[in-house]
Amino acid sequence: MALLLKGGRVVDAAAGLDAVLDIVVRDGEIVGVGEGLTIPKGETVDCSEKVVLPGLADVHTHLREPGREYKETIASGTRAAAHGGFTAVACMPNTDPVCDSGSKVRFALERAAAEGIVRVYPIGAITKSIAGEQLAEIGDMIAEGAVAFSDDGKGVQSAGMTRIAMDYIKRFGATLVAHCEDESLAGHGVVNEGAVSTRMGLPGIPAAAEETIVARDIALAELTGCRLHLAHVSTAGSVALVRGAKARGVHVTCEATPHHLFLDEDAITAYDTNLKMNPPLRAAKDREALVAGLLDGTVDCIATDHAPHAPHEKELEFELAPFGTTGLETALSLVVTHLVATDTLGWAEVSNLMCHGPRAALGLPEMRLEAGFPADITIVDPEARVEVTAEWFASKSRNSAFLGTSLLGKASEVLVGGKWVLRNGKVAG
Amino acid sequence: MLASRHIMTMDDVTADEIALILETAESFAEVNQRRIKKLPTLRGRTVVNLFFEPSTRTRTSFEIAAKRLSADGINFSASSSATVKGETLRDTAKTLAAMACDLVVVRHKYAGAPQMLAEVMDCSIVNGGDGVHEHPTQALLDLYTMRQALGKLAGLRVGIVGDICHSRVAGSLVPALRKVGATPVVIAPPTLLPARPDVLGAEVMWDLDEALPALDVCYLLRVQFERADAMPFPSNREYASLYGMNLARMAKLPRHAIVMHPGPMNRGVEISADVADSDRSVILEQVESGVAVRMAVMYLLLGGADSGAAA
Repeated sequence: MALLLKGGRVVDAAAGLDAVLDIVVRDGEIVGVGEGLTIPKGETVDCSEKVVLPGLADVHTHLREPGREYKETIASGTRAAAHGGFTAVACMPNTDPVCDSGSKVRFALERAAAEGIVRVYPIGAITKSIAGEQLAEIGDMIAEGAVAFSDDGKGVQSAGMTRIAMDYIKRFGATLVAHCEDESLAGHGVVNEGAVSTRMGLPGIPAAAEETIVARDIALAELTGCRLHLAHVSTAGSVALVRGAKARGVHVTCEATPHHLFLDEDAITAYDTNLKMNPPLRAAKDREALVAGLLDGTVDCIATDHAPHAPHEKELEFELAPFGTTGLETALSLVVTHLVATDTLGWAEVSNLMCHGPRAALGLPEMRLEAGFPADITIVDPEARVEVTAEWFASKSRNSAFLGTSLLGKASEVLVGGKWVLRNGKVAG
Repeated sequence: MLASRHIMTMDDVTADEIALILETAESFAEVNQRRIKKLPTLRGRTVVNLFFEPSTRTRTSFEIAAKRLSADGINFSASSSATVKGETLRDTAKTLAAMACDLVVVRHKYAGAPQMLAEVMDCSIVNGGDGVHEHPTQALLDLYTMRQALGKLAGLRVGIVGDICHSRVAGSLVPALRKVGATPVVIAPPTLLPARPDVLGAEVMWDLDEALPALDVCYLLRVQFERADAMPFPSNREYASLYGMNLARMAKLPRHAIVMHPGPMNRGVEISADVADSDRSVILEQVESGVAVRMAVMYLLLGGADSGAAA
């Protein structure tokens, strides 16, 4: 059965495309991209006024299954991903139990095959139980399909342990994804250390808690030659460190989250726990440095750090509520609203920051709008208005930092391997 | 009356309202000198003391204030409450809201607890201390005490010494002093300062001895070791030698200057016994003012005028 995507603005930086073109899909694959294409029979979808991108990938998602299924499951999390325009997610291992062995990687992939509607790439733990003390079975996890390794949520505190992990992970050509946080500096902090922590009487997390570990891990990547990806960088200092390391030729990539790109600590005026995340919302100058890093290529990709939590967990005292905001469903709309609609970024850059950049950072399979590639395609209505209400989410959770906002631009259709997972803005299945 | 129905932070009261509170407190202070110290003003109104942290002086002070205004006061303390059974603050607040009380005084370990109550309760909230954030009635009674002792507030230079970063007293006193035209100076080693004391409006000094000669008020704080992640100085002995108020340091203060402390004191650490008990110390006057100021706050928040004049 053939499918013709007719007359969309097809944009793909890797394929060098930005033109009104047709795409023909057959048996889950792209078989043709060009002008005036036709199919003898099958379905034709009018894509005029739409932007057609290679499938977006999020390399930082918390799917919560197993163990915290009341927050999110592989089924609900992949539906949230499709709703937000993503065709693939890499999921973090801090589930319960932690994804720290081959059998747990296999569990995630089996559940994803049975229940998921987008591609799921498990990230395995660096250390057993993300306790930072002993290497997890990296080789076994690779054999079962783990794509990268991270102790996200905590970060490996010991430099010696990190060095061993990098040396070992390097042997498999895989990437270490670093959650950069020195716990002895972060303490019990819940917001950025500075004006807001002082005014609100909340314990602060200094920028240096992140930057000291960014500097450490860059030095260790230079020492070992391991591929290093820095999760959720949030400070101007981190961006400067990455810029310097890249100039020296270190294999380091990094991601920024929509909440760190489009919000800063000044948003925290009441004790709204949806604005409590780790790393915390930083100062305006940090936010500006992240956007600058995005524009000059220092920041390789946008990743959501989608962190669903139940209302009874978030409706607590600010210091007691868990860290995190959901992100899969709002990321693309935020990028359109704040970067594309303001002419800060073009669609080609969006394809880099949300498709090619994240895939390259973790070594995920490449997706292009070219014949021979799988039909993983995100179709965006750039003029769609999105009212972010609690009822609007496909995720099980609604702890969004952007709840109540009005955004521009929305994925209207998503194909994964030639199958519709989003149609007219509605999640399929 | 007051524009805000709550006093959760010093942002909830204007300079004019501070003046009104202090004036009203003065008339209640007179009542507190009588043999019969009770007014019918808040008869039939219910005041709940919701204390999630142990407290003697603040809870007792609010309790006496409520009783002297004839309000029905109820004490709800964490040890006897549902919270030990795992109930959330929000649910506790909803439960209390269903019982239709008029004013809740809340003390809580974490910042923002009063705001959370105000979201789900339809009554006035008074912050009796939230985490390391604010303690506005303490600041108001401190202003009252300073004015009684020194005859004015505007232009005073008030040194607040010690554990600023863990002090909700400083969190309210600094902005309160700014509102009345006084100059707050926080004096502490950098390990006991918040990240940005300037956003509260305080001058910062590290050296107490350098600060003393220019102070009208020397306000000492207890070091709250229980809130610190790590020991913020080498020893109590070294702290006392650099920041402890003793007779030698008191002699460096101007003659008219007073010494204050919100209590409880650690004698021998931030204050020596002879200073605490000296005639320059107004520490017990602070406690005394507390009742009158809290009566004023309750009276003004509950619109007591409709059931009779203040005194």
